[in-house]
Amino acid sequence: MSVTVLKAGLLTTVQDRGRIGLAALGVGRAGPMDTVAHRLANALVGNDPAAAALEFTLLGPQLHFETTTAIALTGAAFDARLDGAEAPPWRPLAVRAGSVLEIGAARHGARGYLAIAGGFAVTPVLGSAAMDVNAGLGPFDGRPLRAGDVLATAHLPGAQPAGEAALPPASWSLDPRPWFDPDPARPLRLIRGAQFDALDAASRDALCGDEFRLAPASNRVGFRLDGPRLALAAPLELVSEPVAFGTVQLPPGGQPIVLMAEHPTTGGYPRIGQVAAIDLPRLAQRRPGAPLRFREVSLDEAQTRYLARERALARLIDTIAQRLAE
Amino acid sequence: MATPADARGFAVEPLGETVLLLRFGERIETALNARVHAAAAILHSAALPGVTDLVPAYATLALHYRPEVWASGDDAPWRQLADAVAAVFAAPPAHASTEPATRIVPVCYGGEFGPDLEALARHAGLTPGEAIACHVAADYRVAMLGFAPGFPYLLGLDPRLHMPRRADPRTRVPAGSVAIGGAQTGIYPRELPGGWQLIGRTPLALFAPAAEPPCLLAPGDRVRFRAIDAAEFAALSRA
Repeated sequence: MSVTVLKAGLLTTVQDRGRIGLAALGVGRAGPMDTVAHRLANALVGNDPAAAALEFTLLGPQLHFETTTAIALTGAAFDARLDGAEAPPWRPLAVRAGSVLEIGAARHGARGYLAIAGGFAVTPVLGSAAMDVNAGLGPFDGRPLRAGDVLATAHLPGAQPAGEAALPPASWSLDPRPWFDPDPARPLRLIRGAQFDALDAASRDALCGDEFRLAPASNRVGFRLDGPRLALAAPLELVSEPVAFGTVQLPPGGQPIVLMAEHPTTGGYPRIGQVAAIDLPRLAQRRPGAPLRFREVSLDEAQTRYLARERALARLIDTIAQRLAE
Repeated sequence: MATPADARGFAVEPLGETVLLLRFGERIETALNARVHAAAAILHSAALPGVTDLVPAYATLALHYRPEVWASGDDAPWRQLADAVAAVFAAPPAHASTEPATRIVPVCYGGEFGPDLEALARHAGLTPGEAIACHVAADYRVAMLGFAPGFPYLLGLDPRLHMPRRADPRTRVPAGSVAIGGAQTGIYPRELPGGWQLIGRTPLALFAPAAEPPCLLAPGDRVRFRAIDAAEFAALSRA
């Protein structure tokens, strides 16, 4: 029961929900950049939403499936072909033993997810199958997948006999619109950070007024933002403090950095903002060079929206489970 | 957004929808950091629902939490959790604090293991031997782990050994390097880029993902350094 990587794509990693409970040791969470697309991919093949799936970036992998199984593709819109036929995203897909899935370039968005029924059975490191490329932690020592890598898949309890397709319903798919929005025109919601007030007046205006662009030197650790250079009204001496996914830091050069899934657990730069967690999946789908704007939101409003999203997502995951059981 | 520091001496600074930062101060001070570790021990004992990570730093303590666990009632989850945290400190559980462990870290100073030891000694107006004696004499405390898995920031460095970071950071600092950056001393758990002054190297593994616990040093631990020679370094490396 395995999947072989024929071509790796640009940056393909195994991600479950990440390492939790180890931040005090300097071990970050890692996990998927677009947590919503990751959870829905798992749900579409009947997995626990936290199961290990593949995340791929801008150019997807080519995979050979040893056994008959079911997969689902979510996240960015990629050209994907299963044995030459179009492989539609956002729904379960039957895969026969010996099939080859070719995932090409992303047409919209940046990051795609592939979940497989039962999940990838990679050996967890520190309680998680997530690859932390920056820290060199996880399966394959955290390095991105390469051609020739073989990924074991979990044996499914009560699985269908070998050779018989786990033929999922082909008549429905999810509407991705509420869950995937790469539209760069809609601003990302930003909560003021502890040092927002330390910015000079022009920088305070620019942060939630001007347009930024995602710099090419952006990765799973952080997104660097080209655009207006921001400055503090007066220099600040700060000591290292905990940071989070979405924290907007301002290094001395004036180019803001948004911390992403593989961020270090602590940082010493001024924290000028925090991208609302509800909008992190949208940010994760921006491509290098994509424009980006922020709009200020209160924490109370962001949290209300976050809870509403989690409730809607939980309902959807329940509905998917019911459909799969039919 | 932050609430002012209250009588118990911390302010609440939310870090987005899923993290609360408790601020006890702004500086690198042993007494302040000790309060952070005491607060972490109390909150660890209290085991508040939905709190997944407690992250101590020099002067702050972060609580990562699941807001959906604090979603009942009219108040926003972060306010409810902040109230619960305040209630915990108002009546802390008994036996919350444990005596920190003391770890002895053997270090081979100078030479190829500590290429910046002579520069440090010159900077301090000491001989290399005096600088080593000075580094070995102090009691250190692990203020926090950060920067990379298992990287300890140690408090307690003798002020004579304070030295600015290198103007040209190294692209590769070997694992186990004991280093000085400003008023801080630390140990690189694996090969990493770094700008601190390298004064020696320990043969001990600071971070081993398969070990339990994975880190040699925990936040709040006491640390002493012990000078060893190259022969003992080699012997301990094989062990």
